[in-house]
Amino acid sequence: MSFAPIVLDSRVMITRCLRRSRRDPEAFFTALMLPIVLMLLFVYVFGGALRTGGAYVDYVVPGLIVLCAGFGAGTTAVSVATDMTNGILDRFRSMPISSSSILVGQIVASLVRNLIATFLVIGVAIGIGWRPSAAPLHWLAAIAMVALFVLALSWFAAAIGLLARSVEAANSVTFVLMFMPYVSTAFVPAHTMPSALRVFAEHQPFTPVIETMRGFWMGHTSNGTSLEHEAVLAIVYCLAVLVISIGAASVFFRRRTSS
Amino acid sequence: MCMTYTVEATGLCKSFAGRMVLDHVDLAIEQGTVLGLLGPNGAGKTTLVRILATLMRPDAGRARVAGHDLLANPFEVKRSISLTGQFTAVDEVLSGRENLEMIARLRRVPDRRMAATIADLLERFDLVEAADRRAGTYSGGMKRRLDLAISMVTTPALVFLDEPTTGLDPRSREQLWDTIRELTRDGVTVLLTTQYLEEADQLADTIALLDRGRVVAAGTAHELKATLDGEVLCLEFSDSHDVRAAVGIVSPAAVDDRRRTIEVATDGSAAAVAGMLGELAAAGVPAAKISIRRPSLDDVFFSLTEREPVA
Repeated sequence: MSFAPIVLDSRVMITRCLRRSRRDPEAFFTALMLPIVLMLLFVYVFGGALRTGGAYVDYVVPGLIVLCAGFGAGTTAVSVATDMTNGILDRFRSMPISSSSILVGQIVASLVRNLIATFLVIGVAIGIGWRPSAAPLHWLAAIAMVALFVLALSWFAAAIGLLARSVEAANSVTFVLMFMPYVSTAFVPAHTMPSALRVFAEHQPFTPVIETMRGFWMGHTSNGTSLEHEAVLAIVYCLAVLVISIGAASVFFRRRTSS
Repeated sequence: MCMTYTVEATGLCKSFAGRMVLDHVDLAIEQGTVLGLLGPNGAGKTTLVRILATLMRPDAGRARVAGHDLLANPFEVKRSISLTGQFTAVDEVLSGRENLEMIARLRRVPDRRMAATIADLLERFDLVEAADRRAGTYSGGMKRRLDLAISMVTTPALVFLDEPTTGLDPRSREQLWDTIRELTRDGVTVLLTTQYLEEADQLADTIALLDRGRVVAAGTAHELKATLDGEVLCLEFSDSHDVRAAVGIVSPAAVDDRRRTIEVATDGSAAAVAGMLGELAAAGVPAAKISIRRPSLDDVFFSLTEREPVA
């Protein structure tokens, strides 16, 4: 009885958010183009000059997935911030519905958007010659890693969207999240960087996530650490971000909707 | 005879940052009637609506809405109300039909009745042709109609209309008034806030006048007008210099420099009017034209909300 209403309400909110995503032509077009353009850019423009021990496309796929997720997080933050300034929030709050369904709708739509971008990256990569050595179970593990990462990032973005006082401010999260992967092992191995940057790149949270995907798909990480080590680290990071973000989002949501 | 009240509020208080926005407000709305909540900007109208619509908790006081205690049972109150906001609360990216469907699903309209419910509302609120266009492309009047249609997905006991016609052209306003009158025919109780006195005069069965967080008057429009005894005397002068001189002599309730007129409250007796005209003539500022009218709701409003006379 206490379970059913939130499921029914969330279903309505998910439909709403997915419809809204489909009809935001700018974000929708960018979200579709970004994986394709970035893939071609990195592999054909930069890739020839980069030495990563093997074909560059084999190296770069996890990095591009993470980069696109950063862009997707920006979209989510903006979407949540927009809802907070919309008169429709008051209508929802004056109705006998579970208010958490409003956020659930945003998060699920964010997951769907990001997973579509991920499959697009994978599709384009396979199209230009990416041949991961992974067995089906490893494929599943890599996708599970992406899903957990995107879930954590979506809640993080939602928390930022709730915290931001304006839609423009919410959009600034895109900049940070799209910049972070560059200073990780996403595009070049850490050992090629100057020492200060290398320490940062080796220890920032994006790196284990990227290395875990790389490990599952290609059979080895780029920095010589074991896959198990990276995977445990990645899961711990993602769960930490997830728990903190859900907590923060709940607090911010309550603060924004009460006075 | 026993009257049923859809809203019974007593002693509602609310402060923001130490400023008292609602100061022991009492309010009663009889079932099936329209209460017009009037007041200048900042009087506390929206705060009162937000409290009664469960969006905000009062600092003190209690209220029953549609038979449910507002503080003890907000979820039951939510089932009985519908809020039509000052800022139109529709999803502009969705079509009119999708907006209605979304709210109908949240209100648990059963699937077998869904299509009929939506078709009926589109028909009733004159949105059939625009049903599949995005609400963002609607005109101001159409958005308000969609907003009202959404409010009527399940016939609520109480509808809040927070400044429903603000920003509408006169034609759309009259259309919306007709629509609002129809709601009450279904037995819906309406709490209408407005800055337009004419709107309250047109729609409201009873009126509550809110000023600085207090209800300063309540009753029917007729009763409120009757609180101002007598007649309003309008004096027109031949030049604006005379207007300023006259202001010093007769202490007017309103001054209109552009039209060179002033309005003075009188007891309506011929002697009082003659005396005033004589006084002005003796001071060398004779009135050029005069007219006399019954007090309007505006006069009640201005006399009670302690506003400065319009300069």
